[in-house]
Amino acid sequence: MILLKNGMVFLSDKKKIEKADVLIDKKVIKKIAPAIDVKNAEVIDCTGMHIFPGFVDMHCHLREPGYTYKEDIASGAESAAKGGFTSICCMPNTKPAIDNISTLNYIMRKARDVGKTKIFVIGAMSKGIEGKEIANIASLINGGIVGLSDDGNCIQVAKLQLNVMRYASIYDIPMICHSEDYSLSGDGQVNYGYMSTKLGLPGIPTLAEEIMVSRDIMLADVTDSRVHIAHASTKRTVELIRQAKKDGIKVTAEVTPHHLILTEKACDGFDTNTKMKPPLRSEEDRKALVEGLLDGTIDVIATDHAPHSDYEKELEFMKAPFGVIGFESAFPVLYTSFVKTGKMKLEYLLEKMTSKPAEIIKKDVGNLNEGAPADINIFNLEDSFTFDESEILSKSKSSPFLGMKMWGKIHYTICDGKFTWKI
Amino acid sequence: MKHTLNLTGRNLFDLDVYSIEEIETIFETAKVMKEINSREYKKIPTLRGKTVATLFFEDSTRTRISFELAIKRLSADVVSFTTAGSAMKKGESIQDTVYTLNAMGIDLYVVRHGCPGVPQLVNKYSNKPVLNAGDGRHAHPTQALLDMFSIWEKRGSLKGLRIAIIGDILHSRVVRSNLIGMKKMGANVVVCAPRTLMPPKIDEVYGVQCEYDLKKAIKDADVVMGLRMQLERQTEGLFPGLGEYTSRYGLSNKMLEYAKDDVLVMHPGPMNRGVEILPEVADSEHSIIIEQVANGVAVRMALLFLILGGKPGREVA
Repeated sequence: MILLKNGMVFLSDKKKIEKADVLIDKKVIKKIAPAIDVKNAEVIDCTGMHIFPGFVDMHCHLREPGYTYKEDIASGAESAAKGGFTSICCMPNTKPAIDNISTLNYIMRKARDVGKTKIFVIGAMSKGIEGKEIANIASLINGGIVGLSDDGNCIQVAKLQLNVMRYASIYDIPMICHSEDYSLSGDGQVNYGYMSTKLGLPGIPTLAEEIMVSRDIMLADVTDSRVHIAHASTKRTVELIRQAKKDGIKVTAEVTPHHLILTEKACDGFDTNTKMKPPLRSEEDRKALVEGLLDGTIDVIATDHAPHSDYEKELEFMKAPFGVIGFESAFPVLYTSFVKTGKMKLEYLLEKMTSKPAEIIKKDVGNLNEGAPADINIFNLEDSFTFDESEILSKSKSSPFLGMKMWGKIHYTICDGKFTWKI
Repeated sequence: MKHTLNLTGRNLFDLDVYSIEEIETIFETAKVMKEINSREYKKIPTLRGKTVATLFFEDSTRTRISFELAIKRLSADVVSFTTAGSAMKKGESIQDTVYTLNAMGIDLYVVRHGCPGVPQLVNKYSNKPVLNAGDGRHAHPTQALLDMFSIWEKRGSLKGLRIAIIGDILHSRVVRSNLIGMKKMGANVVVCAPRTLMPPKIDEVYGVQCEYDLKKAIKDADVVMGLRMQLERQTEGLFPGLGEYTSRYGLSNKMLEYAKDDVLVMHPGPMNRGVEILPEVADSEHSIIIEQVANGVAVRMALLFLILGGKPGREVA
C-alpha cells in the first residue's frame, strides 16, 4: 500500500482540489479522505504538493517499430512518465505501419513489458497508411485499438475517407483526422503569411487545414461517425468545429501546447525546433485556439510528441523533418502560461489533460476517484526549473521550449499503483 | 573621412542588422575599390595570407565569379566548393563539410544555398564570418548592396526616391534584401507582380506598397528594377505564360514614359530579354544594368576588406 499524506488532491468527480490523503492498494485508489491512518503503508509526505490524476495523451509517436533511432517504446514511456503521463496513445505511422494485428500485438506486448505507462494504440485507416485501400479495421478494433488515424498521411481522396468512416461507423471509435490538403500545403515549411514572406520559406496556408477539416466534418455527418480533429491550429478550424458541435455532429478536437503558446514568430532564426505540422500560426490563430479551449469547442490537449534524432533536426530548415517532443514540458509549460497567469483554472486544465481525452478513447483512466486505477502524478507547483536538454529522457531533444523557465516540477508518477518516476 | 565604424568579424546574413551608417561605410569603401578596379594593375595586398572559401551549394555564375575576383584583387587565397563532384554528393552533411573545411584554416565563408538559413548554419559550425551569397528565397544581401550602391552613386542618396520593383516577387531573394535595405535608406518602394507571384503580407513585413498594375507602379518612379521571370512558374500553375506576362508586366519604352524622365533602369540578372524587359529598355541610356555588374565586384571587395579587418573609408589605397 502507498499512502500519500497531506497533498492538495484534484478530485475528478467533484472537479475540485481539496486537501486530503490518498491510499493506494495494489492497482487501485482505495480511499481518499482527510487524515488516513494505516499500518504497513509506504508513506509519501505530500505537504505543499499537488496530487493529480495521471495525464492522458491521445496523440504521440513512439517510432517503434521501424524508427527506433528517433524513439522507442521504452524511451517514449520513460519520457511520458517523467511528464506525469500514465496513459498515452501512439500513432500508427511506424514501419511497418500499425495496420495489422501482428504489429499491434507486438506494440501491446512490448508496452506491457516496459510497463512505465499505459500505452494505447491507434490503428491505421488505410493499408500501409498509403491512402489507397481500407485497412483491416475490424480486426484492429477487435485487437484493442482505441482510435483510427492515418495521422501525418492525411487521406486525400474524399471517397476513401468516406468509405473508411462508413465502414468503421458501426464501431464506436474516434476517427482521428490530421486534416491537411497536400496540394495546398505542398513543400511549405512555416505558416503562409508574415513569416513565410520574411524568411523566404514556402508557406503552409491555414486553408490547407481548414478545407480538410470542413470535409472531415461533413463526412462524419453523413456517415454518423465520430471524428476527432487532431492538433487544430487555425482560427477558422475552431469556428468550423464550434459550428459542427452546434449542428449536433459528433466532432471532438485537440490542440497542442505549442500551438496554444507559440506563434510563427518563433521560427525567426531558422530554429528547426520550431518546425512542425501543422506549423505555428499567427497570434490571431493562437488566441482563437485558447478561446476555443476555454469555451469547450476544443475538448482536449494532446502533445503530438513527435521525436526525431538530433542529426535529422540539425539539417537545413527545409530538410529537417517536421515534429517536436512534448511529454516532459506539457504540463509545466501550460501551467506556467495559463494557470499561473490567471487565464485558466487549474481544474479546467487538468480535465483537458485527463478525463476528457479518456472519454474520447473510452478508457477507464484519467480519473482520481476512489475505486479508480491508481494512475497519479505529484507536482510541486511552487518549484520552478529551466527546461534543459540535459534533463530530457526522450531520445530526441527537439523542443521549442528549451531554455524556458517553467513552474510545476514533477516529484512522482504512479501508474497502476507502481512508481514510474521519482525525483 | 566620414565614417570610422568597425565591421571586423561581422556576418552578413541579411541587411536587417546593419545600420544606415554601416551601409554608408560599405558604399564609401566600395567607391575606393571601384577606383582600384579601374587601374591597370587591379590588385592590392591588403588581405594577403587570408583564406576565403566560397561554398556554392547551388549553381551560380555571376555571383561566384564576382566574389572570386573580389577575393583575388585583395590578394586573399580562395578555395571554391561546388556541390557537383563534392563529398556532399556522397551524403556528407553541411555540418561535416564545414568542420572539414574549417580544419584547413578558412578565415571567411561565402555561402550560396537553396535553403534559407544555411549561412547561419555555416557560421554556427565554423564560428567564422559568413557572407550570404543567396539563401533560397530568403536573402541576397550583397546583391542588394550593389543595387543600392549603384543608385547611391548616381543620386547621392536613396532618401525619398521612388523605386519600383517589377516581377516574380514571391521567389526573389534579391527583392527581400533590397526591401530591407532600401526602406532603411529612406526610399519609397513599390513592388509589382501578378497576385499569384506576390508573397503574403509583404506590405506589412517590409512597409512597402503593393501594386498589381504596372502603370501605377511605375508612375513617377526614380528607379525601375525588373526581375527575372522563370518559365517554371508556368508549369507550377502560377501564371499562364510568358506572352501574357510580357504584355502586362514587361518593361517597354512605352511603359517607361510613366516614370520620371531621368529614371534608372536596373536588373539583377540574368535577364530574359523580351520577357520581363525589352531590349529597347535594357540597352537604353536609362539602363545601368552593366554598371551593376561592375559595382558588384567593388561592393564585395569592400565587404571582404571591412570584415577581414580593414579600416573603413579612404584609408584603403
